[in-house]
Amino acid sequence: MDMKNSSPRRTFFTQASAGVALLALAPGVRLVDLALARAQDEPASAAQRWGLLVDVDRCVSGCDACVSACNTEHGLGDSERPQTDAQWIRKVDLVDHNTGRQLSLPLMCQHCEEPPCVDVCPTGASFRRADGIVLVDKHTCIGCRYCMMACPYKARSFIHEDLTGQKTHAPRGKGAVESCTLCVHRVDRDESPACVEACTDAGREALVFGDINDRNDPLATQLAETTTRELRADLKLNTAVRYRGL
Amino acid sequence: MMKSAYFQSVSSSRGYWLISAIAGVITLAGLIGAEHMESAGHWVTGMSNQVVWGVPHVFAIFLIVAASGALNTASIASVFARDDYKPLARLSALLAIALLSGGLAVLVLDLGRPDRLIVAMTHYNFKSIFAWNIFLYIGFMFIVGIYLWMMFEPRMNRFTARVGTAAFIWRLVLTTGTGSIFGFLVAREAFDSAVMAPLFIVMSLSFGTALTLLIGMLIFWINGATMDPALAQKLRRLLGFFVIGVAYLVAVDHLTKLYVTGHHQLEQFILVDGGIYTLLFWGVQILLGTVVPAILLLLPRFCQRGYLIAAALLVVVGALTQVYVLIIGGQVFPLELFPGYSVTSTFYDGVIADYTPSLAELALGMGGMGLAVLVTLIGVRILPFVPVQMTGKNQD
Amino acid sequence: MIWGDLIERGCKWLSRAMRVVVMTIALSLGTSVIEAYAEVSQPVFPSARGEQCVEPVDIMRRDHFEFLKHQRDKTVREGIRTPRHSLAGCIDCHADKDAQGRFVPVNAKGQFCQSCHVYAAVKIDCFSCHAARPSERVSQSP
Repeated sequence: MDMKNSSPRRTFFTQASAGVALLALAPGVRLVDLALARAQDEPASAAQRWGLLVDVDRCVSGCDACVSACNTEHGLGDSERPQTDAQWIRKVDLVDHNTGRQLSLPLMCQHCEEPPCVDVCPTGASFRRADGIVLVDKHTCIGCRYCMMACPYKARSFIHEDLTGQKTHAPRGKGAVESCTLCVHRVDRDESPACVEACTDAGREALVFGDINDRNDPLATQLAETTTRELRADLKLNTAVRYRGL
Repeated sequence: MMKSAYFQSVSSSRGYWLISAIAGVITLAGLIGAEHMESAGHWVTGMSNQVVWGVPHVFAIFLIVAASGALNTASIASVFARDDYKPLARLSALLAIALLSGGLAVLVLDLGRPDRLIVAMTHYNFKSIFAWNIFLYIGFMFIVGIYLWMMFEPRMNRFTARVGTAAFIWRLVLTTGTGSIFGFLVAREAFDSAVMAPLFIVMSLSFGTALTLLIGMLIFWINGATMDPALAQKLRRLLGFFVIGVAYLVAVDHLTKLYVTGHHQLEQFILVDGGIYTLLFWGVQILLGTVVPAILLLLPRFCQRGYLIAAALLVVVGALTQVYVLIIGGQVFPLELFPGYSVTSTFYDGVIADYTPSLAELALGMGGMGLAVLVTLIGVRILPFVPVQMTGKNQD
Repeated sequence: MIWGDLIERGCKWLSRAMRVVVMTIALSLGTSVIEAYAEVSQPVFPSARGEQCVEPVDIMRRDHFEFLKHQRDKTVREGIRTPRHSLAGCIDCHADKDAQGRFVPVNAKGQFCQSCHVYAAVKIDCFSCHAARPSERVSQSP
């Protein structure tokens, strides 16, 4: 697969509407997607469950293309106070205590089916959208940070200062908690998350985005065919982000 | 039975205004600290994305736990029908409300968006223990208010025992709720334990009794009286047993964790090589906050008032330290996401987090204490909370 | 006894007199405040792009936040991203450009949102989080 095809769904739309290149795609897959693509006034539906597959064998230590793409996409800045700066996605380097095997992987909100952050949120600001994306409604977040205490993945950040220069599609501000949105604004227009696009553009293809519920989706196919694991599987949260090669 | 005639309100005196002024200044400092935190943002505190709950939570949890425990004396008097505790019953109920107000004020002012308190009151997620706690706190204030009415109004006195029982049950549920804020955090080794709820209940008995003794004695001093020595001795022994009770459940908590191999690193951190946290645990919480006061409270030779005050103060210091070690120590220890691997990242995975409280957040925490004392002082000035004569003659 | 009675009566009279004084001061202050504000001119702000607003102007003046709030819940909670009542949509039409052709934030002094909200003395809580300028995606539109 060349880079153009495997990157975002948007590419597909341009191609499809032009009526070309359908043959270059996996047969059937994209046609189903086209039929399912949600209209602007249609709510997200439980028919889909968006997820990510992280192929740890393809992820390289020192590469942070996904992290920079996320920071650019959402306007996450550097205040020179790293302990309080928000990080929606981070690279984690691992060394096996016994064998010395070295691994590197991205870690972000795992978009649990049973998210502890949603359970503990007193106002219901932490919520899970019908299509499985776990979000913070910053209009009702009071900044109590109980969700940060509850998250097993340390996926959430609290905004410790006034912000300026926010992006239109990524409102963020002091006193509220935030985390990876799985690029919900892109997903809503049938594109993949910025990290996935960046990983593909960097030639790694360690991140696969798709619909877990759709048998024909490349993500669902790969999840069905290979062994993947959830982080903190002992908590039985049924995460939408799965890791292969860990 | 004690009649309202035996109680009086505290009259204006130098002592009253002096203590009010001190409490007022501390409360004001707390408000200034809170204002600074909210206008600048939480980066001016020691809190971070690693340690999300800092010193304000330590004070808030301490005050809320102590609030439910402060009701003890009233409960003993009306639920367990011990008339000898009646002279302190009204004051103990007032303290419960005052301490809870102080704790809640700190909790609210430490929010990222305290201006959205109305959202917290209008949007509820009933699966959240925090949301239950909002109801438990409001309900507690309400029930204790009714309880006070029953005690104050002679025609209502006959209901005191029944309302007192309701308040007693409510306070047990409330402390269970507060403990469960931590006990239900499945992701964090330091908190995820069924021992949390009973531990918090015993903590409340100990903290609340210590504060009832201290603030009670302070109010009596302001009023130019002293606490009935016989009653003080009873509370002294009670506090001694509560201190032992807390120590026992702390031991059970650590022993349970030591039994599970997966928790050994956490226990190693808190008990052996955690630096300041280990020092605070053994030096302040256990030695100064448990062993010394237990000796002072339970050995007959230390029965003088001076020792009692010292012991109660040590219990309070030990209590604040205990909550600090529990909340902060439990957060600085990293989450274990990849068992069997050593972990590094830009987001402080796998390392012990830094936390040094800033002046603003210390002021906010202390401000809660100041507010609690201030509310008590206003209460005793307006209504007859204090017994006229704290001698044994008032009882039959 | 007589003295005590007199003092008590005196105190009552004094407190009544104080009440009258306080109320007079409050009333006169109140009227002068109202008079002062009567001289405040109606807000002036740059005109919007496009032919007409998404709703009649008098409805928008009163209910714009109801529309925004309704839309915000639909967008955040359900992912419905119709532009009609979206904040981004408002900003796209109502943001003014400066002499260099760059967009000015709608909450800057004298701009669309700010001028009315200052006049009505209502704090805007949108722009501590939301961008107050159109995004690059739409900045090409006329």
